[in-house]
Amino acid sequence: MKVGVVTFPGTLDDVDAARAVRLGGNDAIPLWHGDHDLKGVDAVVLPGGFSYGDYLRCGAISRFSPVMAEVIEAAQKGMPVLGICNGFQILVESHLLPGGLLRNDHLKFVCRDQKLRIENASTPWTSAYAQGQEIVVPLKNGEGQYVADAETIARLEGEGRVVARYLEVNPNGSINDIAGICNERGNVVGLMPHPEHGVEELTGSGTDGLGFFSSLVEQAFA
Amino acid sequence: MPRVVVDVMPKPEILDPQGKAVLGALPRLGLTGISDVRQGKRFELEVAEVTDELLAEIEKIADTFLANTVIENYVVRVEQ
Repeated sequence: MKVGVVTFPGTLDDVDAARAVRLGGNDAIPLWHGDHDLKGVDAVVLPGGFSYGDYLRCGAISRFSPVMAEVIEAAQKGMPVLGICNGFQILVESHLLPGGLLRNDHLKFVCRDQKLRIENASTPWTSAYAQGQEIVVPLKNGEGQYVADAETIARLEGEGRVVARYLEVNPNGSINDIAGICNERGNVVGLMPHPEHGVEELTGSGTDGLGFFSSLVEQAFA
Repeated sequence: MPRVVVDVMPKPEILDPQGKAVLGALPRLGLTGISDVRQGKRFELEVAEVTDELLAEIEKIADTFLANTVIENYVVRVEQ
């Protein structure tokens, strides 16, 4: 499958994300924030970083970039979209995912190898994992505290839309230890930790993150 | 020239870690008796003329862009 990886001004993790896409068995297609078309991709990754310098709010300006108009339309039609870290922030600002992301409750930037449990292994981005599988991937964020009103949280939990949950340590104060969620259809996934940094033995915390990028292939051939 | 001000504040039910950090610093600076601090943003929009039409547009921009209404409230007002 062709997976677009979007670069905004200030994006950091687009190169790692593209590499992870390739290691996962897909083609990585670079997309630029000013692009008015998605170059025929089958899925899109919004990588981490500090797009537009995090000015106004993280993801708030990116959400109105030309490429996001295309991504939002495609996502609403069912195209798989994975937003990691800043990408997750862009997805909530785009209202493709509910809730918001605030500064970490302890106010410090956090960088650690984070244990997670995959709570929903039926999305296009998590189908390579077993339901309930525990993985360790790098996590690094300053504004990763997931919040939503009680009704939204109850819906997310009730509909199985919490995709990943922090284990052992809640690194940022997120409600219910939520690390990632998906939309109703399941095609749009937002994740605060960084699976794209955990795809090779040489660097990072291991290869537990690779499943996020190989799931698309498994699904295509399923 | 008139100015339209948009004040954006975190919703009351949302924890404001920055406000909390400022509150924590106040006693160290000798200021006591403050029970809470909330930190928000203020936008100053310089306009040639205030019209109902323009205010409606600013209201829309405040609602979709300047504030994230999931976590923030905003107020639009004219300052002469």
